[in-house]
Amino acid sequence: MNQHTLNSTPSTMDLDAIRRDFPILSRQVRDGKNLIYLDNAATTLKPRQVLDVVYDHYAYGASNIHRGVHFLSEEATKLYEGARETVRRFINARETAEVIFTSGTTSAINLVAKSWGRKNVSAGDEIIITHMEHHANIVPWQMLREETGCVLKIAPINDRGELDMAAFESLITPRTKMVAVVYTSNSLGTINPVRDIIRLAKVHGAAVLLDAAQTVAHTKVDVQSLDCDFLVFSGHKLFATSGVGVLYGKRAVLEAMPPLMGGGDMIKSVTFEKTTYAGLPARLEAGTPAIGGAIGLGAAIDYIQKIGFAAIADQEKDLLAYATGLLSELPGIRIIGTAAEKTAIISFVVDGIHPHDMGTLLDAEGVAVRAGHHCTQPVMARFKIPATTRASFSFYNTRADADALVHAIKKAIEVFA
Amino acid sequence: MTTQDLYQQVIIDHHKKPRNFRKIEKPSHQAEGFNPLCGDHLWVYINVNAAGTIEDISFEGDGCAISKASASMMTQNLKGKTVAESTAIFNDFHKMVLGQLDPEKDAHVLGRLAIFSGIWKYPARVKCAALAWHTMNGALSNEATISTE
Repeated sequence: MNQHTLNSTPSTMDLDAIRRDFPILSRQVRDGKNLIYLDNAATTLKPRQVLDVVYDHYAYGASNIHRGVHFLSEEATKLYEGARETVRRFINARETAEVIFTSGTTSAINLVAKSWGRKNVSAGDEIIITHMEHHANIVPWQMLREETGCVLKIAPINDRGELDMAAFESLITPRTKMVAVVYTSNSLGTINPVRDIIRLAKVHGAAVLLDAAQTVAHTKVDVQSLDCDFLVFSGHKLFATSGVGVLYGKRAVLEAMPPLMGGGDMIKSVTFEKTTYAGLPARLEAGTPAIGGAIGLGAAIDYIQKIGFAAIADQEKDLLAYATGLLSELPGIRIIGTAAEKTAIISFVVDGIHPHDMGTLLDAEGVAVRAGHHCTQPVMARFKIPATTRASFSFYNTRADADALVHAIKKAIEVFA
Repeated sequence: MTTQDLYQQVIIDHHKKPRNFRKIEKPSHQAEGFNPLCGDHLWVYINVNAAGTIEDISFEGDGCAISKASASMMTQNLKGKTVAESTAIFNDFHKMVLGQLDPEKDAHVLGRLAIFSGIWKYPARVKCAALAWHTMNGALSNEATISTE
């Protein structure tokens, strides 16, 4: 527990004003219950500042980008490319050519596995992932294994849900081509020691992909300082809309990647005899992208940078400590994922109550959580449970939300008593 | 239907003390049911005699209270019924959980199983209630594995 276990939240941000930015927080669900939104690891809520620019684009600025000579197209192109620059600054990429817009984390990882993977990985080469990966960072590599005959190695985790670094180190060999690791686990909350992971991978010349889907909304990420080859994340977990995401890659690495999809916008010239491809980033962005989504992502980044990661971290640390303290006192509860370095995600099981029943009973109190395997079935198998109930916090959550969660769990325990 | 109705005492009771929760050695029919979405997983065993009557029916497995109570009540209900009767009950149950049959208004052969009416208001939970039934139906149709995705 930290020092904030009494009845106040840190005063580093104006929480009331922030909560008013999110229209959905004024909603009632299930017969007049105030919405308590604790499913932020599934998707974050969207502030007006994001919704307004997305609306404005489609209401007053709808147009395709990069090819029109008319006013609206030029304006939309400027906004879209402006969002790319915002993302570049946000993750401190060297140049905008290193920021590829995708439809999300899943499509970004698939792009790397299918394009970079097919080119650089052959039979007997090794890909290392961890036991705590989301299915999106397992299945694309299994597909690559099917195609190439490469070897997929799994770095184990301990009972707290932390990566076993000694075991991880021993898995890396000169044949390791890729280390693809989740930065922050979506089901355990574990924050992995990515700097150590990257350092060890580099010793053997392996490329590193970081799945930062659960990271970028909570802490500053600097791709140059990290020195990762790839970093991927989704817009919808960063207060923007679904359908837009980011693949960051080092220029040299991206330039060597053959395009996965061919089509409009990714070419320099096309004849029936020969097509030459455009340069980065267009080469990897065939077709009309999620224009409004990308513009909204830029606005989302502006929004959270105004609040600042220092204040966000203070608030989320307080919520994690406060909620963990309350939950730990409940009878029959077991928290799954107790890493020393943790984000504000609490997965738990309660004796005699299946997580799906728990999810439905919490929902009856207006508390939105996720119940299930969270697309991490190997994690569930590792802890010998079918599923967990997961409460995941964001900076707009309050201690009152944690109180409501605990109250609702107590009621569920009574129903099953 | 409110959540309190969904988790009324009879459901909790069947969940805690499931009836016919055992394996039948050498059943005439059996199937494995799986809901990949939530991990509910059960096996249904049935013994049908020469006259086409279900002499014994049981289940094993793990799942949420809704799926377990549904399986337990299903075995209670179907024991002694003919295969044809079971199919009729299955059809009514299936319609009910999809909200296409209202036991208070429409004719039905559900008896106490009408307790699951209204679950259609919880789309995420319909498959929990239906899993055992689809597995039973699959077993009688000689399908080995049933997935409700």
